[in-house]
Amino acid sequence: MAEVFTKTAARNIYIGGSVFFILFFLGLTFETVRSMPTRDHRENLTESVARGKLLWEENNCIGCHSLMGEGAYFAPELGNVFQRRGMANEQAFKGFLKGWMDAQPLNVPGRRAMPQFNLNADEVNDLADFLIWTSNIDNNNWPPNIEG
Amino acid sequence: MKFESQAVAKPYFVFALLLFALQIVFGLIIGLQYVVGDFLFPYIPFNAARMVHTNLLIVWLLFGFMGAAYYLVPEEAGVELYSVKLAKILFWVFAAAGVLTVAGYLLVPYAKLAAFTKNEWFPTMGREFLEQPTIAKVGIVVVALGFLFNIGMTILQGRKTVINTVLITGLLGLALMFLFSFYNPENLALDKYFWWWVVHLWVEGVWELIMGSILAFVLIKTTGVDREVIEKWLYVIIAMALITGIIGTGHHYYWIGPKPYWLWLGSFFSALEPIPFFAMTVFAFNMVFKRRRNHPNRAALLWAMGTGVMAFLGAGVWGFLHTLAPVNYLTHGSQITAAHGHMAFYGAYAMINLTIISYAMPVLRGQGEAASPKAQVVEMWGFWLMTVSMVFITLFLTGAGILQVWLQRLPDASNALSFMDTMDQLAVFFWMREIAGVGFFIGLLCYFSSFFVGAKSTSTVAFNG
Ligand code: HEM
Ligand code: HEM
Ligand SMILES: [Fe+2]
Repeated sequence: MAEVFTKTAARNIYIGGSVFFILFFLGLTFETVRSMPTRDHRENLTESVARGKLLWEENNCIGCHSLMGEGAYFAPELGNVFQRRGMANEQAFKGFLKGWMDAQPLNVPGRRAMPQFNLNADEVNDLADFLIWTSNIDNNNWPPNIEG
Repeated sequence: MKFESQAVAKPYFVFALLLFALQIVFGLIIGLQYVVGDFLFPYIPFNAARMVHTNLLIVWLLFGFMGAAYYLVPEEAGVELYSVKLAKILFWVFAAAGVLTVAGYLLVPYAKLAAFTKNEWFPTMGREFLEQPTIAKVGIVVVALGFLFNIGMTILQGRKTVINTVLITGLLGLALMFLFSFYNPENLALDKYFWWWVVHLWVEGVWELIMGSILAFVLIKTTGVDREVIEKWLYVIIAMALITGIIGTGHHYYWIGPKPYWLWLGSFFSALEPIPFFAMTVFAFNMVFKRRRNHPNRAALLWAMGTGVMAFLGAGVWGFLHTLAPVNYLTHGSQITAAHGHMAFYGAYAMINLTIISYAMPVLRGQGEAASPKAQVVEMWGFWLMTVSMVFITLFLTGAGILQVWLQRLPDASNALSFMDTMDQLAVFFWMREIAGVGFFIGLLCYFSSFFVGAKSTSTVAFNG
């Protein structure tokens, strides 16, 4: 084909372009991972926070809720529930969360229902620590307001 | 059929379609739970049904991709598949793993499933789309390796065309990115950063290679346009896909921990991501206008053009709608996200699978190049009903999303409605979405019935065999 833009040219753009952007992306990832400690405050990531994350996962909380805007959209955002329901006070929040988990399901006819997960006091405490830690990640000030 | 071994694609396609039907049933269940909150509670809580809905989607798309590869790679390479036996064994392994996983989601509480499969030894569960027990993930990797080996050997022994090279590159990328599902650090911010390497780099990266090559294959076969022309288009499409899509991952890094420079990078590159999808639309229409033959399978051509248009609308237009950081600040994790997710997944990846299935099934069933005209009419009814319903699902969810932003996100803290109160206000949109979902389901039934009309003599035999 006597065309200016040949198949070979297209292939070279594909290969050159993808190699370039893969390397660029790896570089950005390296930078992001290196700068993350100042953003996620991992010095506060205690064993309790880690256990809380595992509980969060093993009960599939993300199947209904969002966390920092990701997950399902069936139930409220929990990345800032520490501020919303605990007024950013650890004791208040932990008290709230224990009461909340124990009260489920609320059994209001027709209302979206949250299951009873049968967590003990230590487990709810870990879960609370995980949510508190999460709420302190520097995420460029999302969400726009307290309602999430 | 040019090669006997292509027949192994058939069980993959049939099983994919069955899972698709089940996916939609669960879509209707969670759609109803959106408005009748305690529907089926506590037997099937929303989170369990949602997992079934999304995981079935991914699994049926994977079955479809594998079937597509088993069908088109021998034909492109000009040799029989390396091992039909391996393909058959892997089919059963994957089907069993899939069925067991879904049964697990539905039959026991998720925490029990996690305990039973020893998630604490190597925790990977409980993250969106990656909910499968670790052992099931290992199973997926084993199946993928066997599959890639089989396809790879076939290509090595035969002709290496642009189409099969791009396809296997995409499939290798799919398997490679899935490995990041095993990386689940205790640090949520890092977990989220690399979670997107699976999800985003799949749908806005390597899957576009798979989609492009399947589309190119079907267009070569049905339009008779010169291979050189089609291959050049394919290179342009995948070049644009990777150049924009890799750094485009940044549109997910705005609000989960990474530094603010991602707002600029993500906005800029992801704003260009519609280009490859637009190119696919132009590609499909151009080739059809330039066609050198009138292929009797008109339904397959309709799917091919349809996937071009719908992928561009769902991924390109609805993606662009919320991808710029200032907009995404307000729409992140809202019903807008769900609207986009639906049209993009359907338009791009469900429809490209239905395209290759539409093209290949008549051949696999011994009907010749195409099903009977009557069957095609029914199939095209299915096409229109499903596609139009999906447009409405998307529009209703978009309406819900805009109102959600208006009520819950835009006002200041003292005036904003809570999440639950906002949901009550959106109920009418969710009801209409559910009605459109029923329309989708009727379209699906219509589509299924097209396999049973018009070709009585051959169809029943072929379906059992
Ligand atoms: C009858 C039709 C359907 C209905 C009623 C339906 C309903 C739903 C609902 C209620 C959700 C959960 C939203 C949430 O997390 O709060 C969902 C999620 C999802 N569905 Fe569907 N669905 C349907 C068809 C489909 C189809 C055809 C596809 C793709 C081919 C699809 C792909 C998805 C995806 C990807 C998600 C996750 C979305 C996200 O995380 O943003 N659905 N669906
Ligand atoms: C066929 C290709 C695509 C598919 C299947 C797809 C699917 C999805 C899904 C399922 C989500 C929700 C993920 C979650 O649950 O958190 C999502 C999010 C998103 N997508 Fe896509 N997408 C595609 C292409 C695009 C393109 C081309 C753009 C941009 C132009 C885009 C922009 C976005 C953005 C900005 C979000 C985040 C929404 C939020 O902040 O909540 N997508 N996509
Ligand atoms: Fe993305």
